[in-house]
Amino acid sequence: MQELLRRYGISLSVIMVAMTAFWLLALVVIPNLVLFKFSFRLYLPVDQLGGPNDVYTLKNYATFFESPIHINVFFSTILYSSFVTAICLAITYPLAYILAKVLKSTDTATFFLVLLVPLWVSEILRSFAWFIILSMQGPLNAVLLGIGIIDKPIRWITGFQSVIVGLVYAYILFMLFPIYNAISALDTNQIEASEDLGASMWRTHWRVIIPHSKPGIASGCVMVFMLCAGSVIVPTTLASTNSRWFTEIIQQWMFEGLDWNTGSAYAFLLLALCIIFVSLVMRILNVRLVDIAK
Amino acid sequence: MSEDVQLSKICMDFGSFRAVNNVDVTIKPGEFFSFLGPSGCGKTTILRLISGFMEPTEGSVKIGGKDMKGIRPNARPTALIFQNLALFPLMPVWENITFGLEVRGVPKAQRRAKAEELLQLVDLHDSADKRISQLSGGQKQRVAIARALAVEPKVMLLDEPLSALDLKLRQHMRAELRAIQKRTGVTFIYITHDQGEALAMSDRVGVMSQGILQQVATPQEIYNNPVNGFVASFVGENNVFVGTVKGKSGDIATFETAKGQFNARLGANVSVGDTTKLFVRPEFCTLQKTASKSANSIAVEVTEIAFEGNFVNVFVRDESGDTHMVQVQNDPSIPTPALHSKAHMIFDPQSCMILSEATDTRSGH
Repeated sequence: MQELLRRYGISLSVIMVAMTAFWLLALVVIPNLVLFKFSFRLYLPVDQLGGPNDVYTLKNYATFFESPIHINVFFSTILYSSFVTAICLAITYPLAYILAKVLKSTDTATFFLVLLVPLWVSEILRSFAWFIILSMQGPLNAVLLGIGIIDKPIRWITGFQSVIVGLVYAYILFMLFPIYNAISALDTNQIEASEDLGASMWRTHWRVIIPHSKPGIASGCVMVFMLCAGSVIVPTTLASTNSRWFTEIIQQWMFEGLDWNTGSAYAFLLLALCIIFVSLVMRILNVRLVDIAK
Repeated sequence: MSEDVQLSKICMDFGSFRAVNNVDVTIKPGEFFSFLGPSGCGKTTILRLISGFMEPTEGSVKIGGKDMKGIRPNARPTALIFQNLALFPLMPVWENITFGLEVRGVPKAQRRAKAEELLQLVDLHDSADKRISQLSGGQKQRVAIARALAVEPKVMLLDEPLSALDLKLRQHMRAELRAIQKRTGVTFIYITHDQGEALAMSDRVGVMSQGILQQVATPQEIYNNPVNGFVASFVGENNVFVGTVKGKSGDIATFETAKGQFNARLGANVSVGDTTKLFVRPEFCTLQKTASKSANSIAVEVTEIAFEGNFVNVFVRDESGDTHMVQVQNDPSIPTPALHSKAHMIFDPQSCMILSEATDTRSGH
């Protein structure tokens, strides 16, 4: 705080603090508090609002626990989000290593440009692109039929497989960047020292590079997991009737049922369980929140 | 225990830049060998070629007679100590030291015992379970040495490992390194730009410039009989005179300069008629009241006196305005020359040399 004042003077400091406070309070804290309050009130016809029935209750939360289908969807969401996280990690770790330590820095710049270009297109369009690619008459089936790997088109958009593909594609870069940063920060001499002492490539990764990049891996995993569990667009576009995402149920409560109260309760359940899940994973990986924030 | 390292006509190109040019030297088993040169002379590249992080463009690296071509660093009988040490910060000291044993599948109890043993060897007690960040610079140094010794290398490669230490510690570690080398008998190949380090520790020194090995010899030989101007001026101080070689009798030649005629030993690759330089060390020069008949002498005026502790540097200016340095031992019984006094700088023909510039082709052994 002292440092901020010294550096930017009183007026600029006040503006900066005020803007941060506005963002935090008006756009994060207050809306959440309002929804939190909603989640404990009943969804009532307008004429009963403020009446004797308008009381605080846990009924909205109970609705979830009384619905096996919703519980099922909830755990599928957690399961498949973890699945997407694992796939992203498996793809990005080697890629991040190659980008950070194997390629020359000029090549890395080109590589990043190529990786970032798809981000310029909105998430809806990117999901929809996958919808086209994966459809029965789409390019993927056409190619596979063409080179003779399959005899008849495969229905890709069924179950969770298409959602997984879409989510991996949508959020993979959120895994790549933290891991890339972590590995870049590792002194290359450490990798060479390990090799010089006789370690195989696998051993060097296991004992030197992965322990060093653990905070990056953890923050990538947390981000991808949270984004997946909270994603609406990708599941809406790419899921089918037999694969529903928990966010879709929240959306249905809020926008189709107009029941913001139950919707809020569901949203907070998702938030709470995501936090528990993430802290559990962090505990297992032995990573602290401070490491991730870096 | 130790092996020789044979570098045969090694060249290393980075694009169009030749970092190492036709280096050919055999380092004997159990020898303490230093590559000495300014930064960018290719000495670190040589170390990386021996350790296997690079393959030479031309020539071969043989360790114990075995060609190392295509053998990765993890399969070579070498251990490298990095300039920044590259200790693993996430492992305790003892795991650092025995990392090389861990990857060879040595059981934990055995590794732990080996770590304790090596910590004794490098004189670092009760530190096995410390974190690397808890150690001082000198202690980290010792851990790095222990880590390299743990894999029982045939050849130890050291890339300026002392450069980050302060002067006192550096001098202490010099002696320590030398002692460890003698105790273990491992071939040490040491890279440094510090001539003091190279001269004090090595059995032999290879002086490098611009990718070329200029001279390979014992420290005394390097200092007293440099093969060319580069070696003479890189190792130690010199007073330099430009002139032409006139005549020659025995190994002493006459050298004609703008400041008069001098007699000096004629270096290799220099012949009568050549225009080149004469080098004389400041400690081989003396100041006298009168000119000398037998030795070289030049009239000078004392311009500055720098007291360095164990010796005194007297700076003198000759009649054409060039400054020379005369080094005298600090001896309170002998009065130092007075500032601005006139004198003659005297140096013996046997203690000065007429040398060519750095050679393009390798010379000397």
